[in-house]
Amino acid sequence: MIRVVLPAHLRTLARVDGEVKLEVEGKVTQRAVLDALEASYPMLRGTIRDHVTQERRAFVRFFACEEDLSNESPDALLPDPVATGAEPFLVVGAMAGG
Amino acid sequence: MSTIRVLVGTRKGAFLMTSDGKRRRWKVSGPHFGGWEIYHLKGSPADPDRLYASQSSSWFGQVIQRSSDGGKTWETMGNKFTYDGVTGTHLWYDGTPHPWEFARVWHLEPSLADPDTVYAGVEDAALFRSSDGGQTWHELPGLRTHGSASSWQPGAGGMCLHTILLDRNHPERIFVAISAAGAFRSDDAGASWRPINRGLRSQQIPNPTAEVGHCVHRIAMHPSRPDVLFMQKHWDVMRSDDAGDTWREVSGNLPTDFGFPIDVHAHEPETVYVVPIKSDSEHYLPEGKLRVYRSRTGGNEWEPLTKGLPQRHCYVNVLRDAMAVDALDPCGVYFGTTGGQVYASADAGDSWAPIVRDLPSVVSVEVQTLP
Repeated sequence: MIRVVLPAHLRTLARVDGEVKLEVEGKVTQRAVLDALEASYPMLRGTIRDHVTQERRAFVRFFACEEDLSNESPDALLPDPVATGAEPFLVVGAMAGG
Repeated sequence: MSTIRVLVGTRKGAFLMTSDGKRRRWKVSGPHFGGWEIYHLKGSPADPDRLYASQSSSWFGQVIQRSSDGGKTWETMGNKFTYDGVTGTHLWYDGTPHPWEFARVWHLEPSLADPDTVYAGVEDAALFRSSDGGQTWHELPGLRTHGSASSWQPGAGGMCLHTILLDRNHPERIFVAISAAGAFRSDDAGASWRPINRGLRSQQIPNPTAEVGHCVHRIAMHPSRPDVLFMQKHWDVMRSDDAGDTWREVSGNLPTDFGFPIDVHAHEPETVYVVPIKSDSEHYLPEGKLRVYRSRTGGNEWEPLTKGLPQRHCYVNVLRDAMAVDALDPCGVYFGTTGGQVYASADAGDSWAPIVRDLPSVVSVEVQTLP
């Protein structure tokens, strides 16, 4: 079971409270987690990564285990504590603005 | 008695305001989609309970919302706006080629006949259509691939397709306007397009009478007379009597002919409303006075409408999609300001009262007249 924490605006959009829990088959990578997230919550498609290029939107960041994973390869394995569900995968709206 | 529903998009959410036909007491709901920019929301003429909203943010991109119960509940629809075929380039601010990039939906125009068909005008400029109630979107690429498109250049607000007019008399006819490319017309349901900018003069561009390159801010028509168009250009208020084939200036005695919105009285096709703004470098009202100007002669002769509007220390703007009229008699006129006020007139502009005063900056105002 993978735990994902969404930013407030995306929780509202997906109509969820608190963490999202997902089953991910095979390797637990950023891409696999986001694929599973979007499969369960189609309204999130296009809000975290581009529909076509699948690239992370500029003002969205990914964290886990106190590390910024935003610029890691989407196919890199996520830390073991994320894969086991001990730690959540955090989708964060970047602090941007004045 | 009829009900009036005003749909207001702001920088931080949507608000719905309802009143009876007297238009004195209002119920306000919202913010809907709080914290998100709502560039536009509009109801279907074929089913007034069907509403569409464009919700966006710099963080999370574009979202389309749909309501089937007049705004009580909403469901998230498709947000995949992919240009059809080769994307191509337009000119960037520095004059270099720049690839088309989708940024947001500026305007949603539901079909006159089918609640499930809706058009979307987007930045970078293109026209999309959904025929399944907003689940999927398909570009009408004939506009973006017009021979002039590689020379289009964005205005200060981006290269947005902000105006879509549908013609009840000619179902195959669509008018659009793009900043800063100009106005275009299709007579074959969006398959092919031609610029309709003859008569426009823009001193700010290298060739003031060029076929394209004009910063058209808004176009309005009266549904009973769709060949007559009124335009608020960057500077100049214009009129066409031949569906845009030619234009003539009707700024007349306006204190300034810069502005954004323009609209036409519901029952008097020669009665037109604008809100003059001081200049393109200041973007606020002249003399600190909020004045709507009305022409009852189809332009040239304008009168200020001030009763109930602040006449000192007012420096707001009224954006291009932030004015609308209802269909009651006398005609109601509505507009919203960048200062968060939404004003209503129940007597065709003779007098005004605020519905609300302290919303986030208002981007768009639409009105529904419900039986």
